[in-house]
Amino acid sequence: MGETPETARESADISHRSAVIAAPGLHDWFVREVLPLEAQLMQYLRRTGRNKSDIDDLLQDIYVRVCEAAQKQRPHPVKPFVFAVARNLLVDRARREHIVSIEAVEDLDALNIAMDAPGPDQSVMAREELRRVQAALDRLPPRARQAVLLRKVDGLSWREIASRMGITEKTVNHHITDAMRALADMLYGEPPGNKP
Amino acid sequence: MSGATETVRAAAAEWLARRDRGDWSEADQAALDAWLSESWSHTVAYWRLDAAWNRADRLGALRQQKNESAAPRRAPVWPLMFRTAAALVLVAVLAVAGAQMLHKQPGITRSYSTAIGGRETVSFADGSKIELNTNTAIRARMTTAEREIWLTRGEAYFVVKHDPAHPFVVYAAGRRITDLGTNFLVRRDASTLEVALVKGSVRVGAAHGASRLLKPGDVAVASAESMVITKKTPHELADELSWQRGVLVFDNAPLAEVAAELNRYNRQKLVIADSGAAKLAVVGTFRTDDVEGFTDIVRAVFKLRVRNEGDRIVISR
Repeated sequence: MGETPETARESADISHRSAVIAAPGLHDWFVREVLPLEAQLMQYLRRTGRNKSDIDDLLQDIYVRVCEAAQKQRPHPVKPFVFAVARNLLVDRARREHIVSIEAVEDLDALNIAMDAPGPDQSVMAREELRRVQAALDRLPPRARQAVLLRKVDGLSWREIASRMGITEKTVNHHITDAMRALADMLYGEPPGNKP
Repeated sequence: MSGATETVRAAAAEWLARRDRGDWSEADQAALDAWLSESWSHTVAYWRLDAAWNRADRLGALRQQKNESAAPRRAPVWPLMFRTAAALVLVAVLAVAGAQMLHKQPGITRSYSTAIGGRETVSFADGSKIELNTNTAIRARMTTAEREIWLTRGEAYFVVKHDPAHPFVVYAAGRRITDLGTNFLVRRDASTLEVALVKGSVRVGAAHGASRLLKPGDVAVASAESMVITKKTPHELADELSWQRGVLVFDNAPLAEVAAELNRYNRQKLVIADSGAAKLAVVGTFRTDDVEGFTDIVRAVFKLRVRNEGDRIVISR
């Protein structure tokens, strides 16, 4: 009897703590400062020899840890902080899983990621950005590419896209979600100017 | 553990696609907010996809070219490479034009501001207008692909030429206001942000994630932590915008509030040195720049003492 209120309060506390409400400005900060580091992070993570699915998990965990920390206080400078998070995460994993030797994780320097150099140019000229997006678009599967073009360039509604392409809206959804994910992987996960 | 990210990213893409599809209701937004707040993992996966999808809006530059060539609305889809080339030509032309302007104005971001007591209207090439009230500063980035305004200080009234392909976004005090075809007012004070919608609709959100759709007459007052939405009558809204005519209209406002409002427009500050007097209710219309006229009325109507001390005017019993 005496246990119940105690337990209830505890779980209420936990749910309160775990509700994620991003601090003002955190989203913009994340997009501006952290996402542009993804290509270099991926390069770093790939060197561990892990498979794609593991690497995606690691990247995701790095972002989560960075945001949790930045929620309280924005790290500055950003880049060394993000890579320190990445490294710590790899060390944790390596210790726990006994898969990757800790030494393999340690040689951050070997990667030649300049910590003091500015990240990718944040004020990329409009035409370079357009070219980059265009290059990513060209690598989408043809039907997904067509759906994105009809949406972003011609400004058609999903219904219009469906009728134009002779497919159902459900299939439009399929193409669009595929395109969203592939574009994110290409625009953030790969260095600029990457060719297939 | 393995594959968890795959699942989260797939779910994030479904949310984003659902939102992209349109017919996005309050209930949808609430459901998305709930999903986002479940974990940081959800939040960062959604932010990442959303950011990439927004970058694809650059492709809108291709459309710009199409419109300028006066092609019929339903023209056959041009071959991709041709459109790219055309867009690059356009962008190159813009870049040259931009480079010529750089001599006068560094960067594509421009700043506009007013001094205390000032008022100014800025008109943009897309037909949108922003009226800056007293002591206000904005930065504007109006490119072929994006229309972004940062309200760094003060109050401004936005009359936006709606263009679904080029969203008009106002950033202020960590909030993001997205125009959906609109006339609206944004005012930031030390701790709060107010958004009043006169016409059309806007979406007001935290930096991202949680957001609310405003209807005409809605006034959203947001602090860093929370947002409250109240309804105002057209009459009350008109009073709120009376500064555009150079006057302030009060209907039963406490004297302290009236003084604070007038102080926004004048270097000589009113100080109410009596808590009782501060609560006196004021009804009336006052010119924003006429402190003396206001104090005359205060003296005559409320029988208060008014002492001019140079940079401030002290009102007491």
